[in-house]
Amino acid sequence: MMTTVDVTPETGGKKGSPVNPRSRVYRPNAKYIPILATLALLVIMYSAGVANYENFGQPSVIVNLFRDNAVLLVVTVGMTFVILTGGIDLSVGAVISMTTTLTATLLQGGWPPLVVLVLVLLLGSLLGAGQGAVIHFFKVEPFIATLAGLFLARGIALFINQASIPIRDETWKAISEYRIPLADGVVTKPVALVAIAAVLIAAAVLAWTRFGRNVYAIGGSADSALLMGLPVGRTRIAVYTLSGFCAALGGVLFSINSTSGWALQGNGLELDAIAACVIGGVLLTGGSGYVFGALLGVLVTGLIQTIIIFQGDLNAAWTRIIVGVLLFAFIVLQRLVTRKVK
Amino acid sequence: MTILKNRLFWPAAILVVLLVINAFTSNQFVTVRDGHLFGSLIDILRGSAPLVLVALGMTLVIATGGIDLSVGSVMAISGAVACLLISDLGNQNSVGSVLLIMLVAIGVSLLAGLWNGTLVAIIGIQPIIATLILMVAGRGIAQLITDGQIINVQSGPYATIATGFFLALPVAFLIAVAAVVLITLLTRRTALGLLLESVGGSPTASRLAGIRAKRITVMVYVVSGGFAGLAGLIYSANIKSADSIAAGNLIELDAILAVVIGGTALIGGRFSIAGTVLGAVLIQALGVTVVAIGVPSDATLLFKAVVVVALCLSQSPEFRAKVFGRFKPKPVVRAEATA
Repeated sequence: MMTTVDVTPETGGKKGSPVNPRSRVYRPNAKYIPILATLALLVIMYSAGVANYENFGQPSVIVNLFRDNAVLLVVTVGMTFVILTGGIDLSVGAVISMTTTLTATLLQGGWPPLVVLVLVLLLGSLLGAGQGAVIHFFKVEPFIATLAGLFLARGIALFINQASIPIRDETWKAISEYRIPLADGVVTKPVALVAIAAVLIAAAVLAWTRFGRNVYAIGGSADSALLMGLPVGRTRIAVYTLSGFCAALGGVLFSINSTSGWALQGNGLELDAIAACVIGGVLLTGGSGYVFGALLGVLVTGLIQTIIIFQGDLNAAWTRIIVGVLLFAFIVLQRLVTRKVK
Repeated sequence: MTILKNRLFWPAAILVVLLVINAFTSNQFVTVRDGHLFGSLIDILRGSAPLVLVALGMTLVIATGGIDLSVGSVMAISGAVACLLISDLGNQNSVGSVLLIMLVAIGVSLLAGLWNGTLVAIIGIQPIIATLILMVAGRGIAQLITDGQIINVQSGPYATIATGFFLALPVAFLIAVAAVVLITLLTRRTALGLLLESVGGSPTASRLAGIRAKRITVMVYVVSGGFAGLAGLIYSANIKSADSIAAGNLIELDAILAVVIGGTALIGGRFSIAGTVLGAVLIQALGVTVVAIGVPSDATLLFKAVVVVALCLSQSPEFRAKVFGRFKPKPVVRAEATA
């Protein structure tokens, strides 16, 4: 069983530095191998980018990575919790659609921005909680329950409005246009900070709280967790609620980024989030993985896109294919690692 | 009372209700025009052919405890291959060449299935992840094949598989019926069905019992890929073009839904072909009916969500025990309810 010390992510921002100083041999702990492999790949990709393209080495490339992938990052954080318990949440992309459409519609109707914000976040959490309750109480498979959630959320979004709705609200526009200077010439947006905050909070919760420990325990074995007296039902429902909340937050970030709401926004994002988790070494069987791994997974897909943009003449289709190939490489790697452990 | 307890009772009842609504709301339910049947019932049967085919493959995969997320992408690839080759033909109406091209496209789909099956059975990757790879990459491959364009074809023989009629019935429907009959005979008149269920129940136990579990697992993914390819052909023949983005978009979810509505549990170990066909036709009928009663087609999803929730809950033993349990005499030893 993992102790709180064991689950403490030690692979923070230090690129390529040896992890887990307690191990006496040079080989890193097997549970860090997937995350280290992702980190190594990220460094290799970045170096290749710097070597091949002008201006790739500028700090704004990395800073923009967080800005452009803020939505995916927030959603992936929620997805990480769900996958750690051995579940899956297919509804996140649809919840984003619902949130952006609802936000834009309500703001157009003259609702106060703060009320809208609270309302949509609450609605997303509520949908997540409902899914969690159905999964826990009625033993419906997470795949099916969240699929129903997907249909419901996207159905609501399309029902509200099928066209793209512009947001003219002053607050939303102000946040969208606000720039935070980091260094001379390097600026970032508030959405990037929200995403980073989400990652840090999630990592802290998973590493140091009772809730985080329960999440890992359920993913390891829900039956054992129940026998140990852990609140399996409460944790499971909380995890889906969290994922719904993160998806709704992602939708709000989306609507701030594009100052519009569209029912097809976030289409297929759930699979990007799952792919990011897998690339980052979060095992889909549950019980193993770190939020920082998911962060690296998002950065890998983001960096692929950046390279394709820098290359300029590459077909967008290659993004999907390269992500697929990477997914394959990481899954096989994980398979080898887990086989060795067992 | 026994008929009420049948797993397929509620899906069938809902389908009948939908068809009755259709019969009243549409101008023509079933009529004869130009020597073949026509009307909204025929539309439902014709339109459900791709979903029936995909769901049929999915049923076999799920019976072995797996899942195939890549079917939509395989549909896109197969349609892209077929349309690309047909558009290069000198004479697009040559029946022989079109048939050959369709065989090539299905061959490519079988290879895609072989890739999935190898990942699952030989390398031992979780099915949902193994097929996620092709789901993500496959649409990119289809886009590469069509070079990001929508390839239009003007081939009479190709269009026939989607819009043609044979013996007064739509060809697409007949293809689906043939596939259903073939699979039913193979799984229920031979030991194959039993072997599938055995592998789904426990791959290890069935291997120890002398069943070639790995070979069977690879086979179901190959079959699923082939059916997805065939469905992709029908889809692209229907719109007479290859659209690598829209082809088979989210059909994997609909197919899984059809299987679940049909009473097949996602954990594997048993399957019902009749149930799957019923589920697929139900999903299609739902879409047609919602439009027929004047609701915008995009709201179909809302209805779908309601039906999914209702059916899944009605099939969940825990839900039935909690909601209807109080009407029954309580057993002497109460089962642990919160587990």
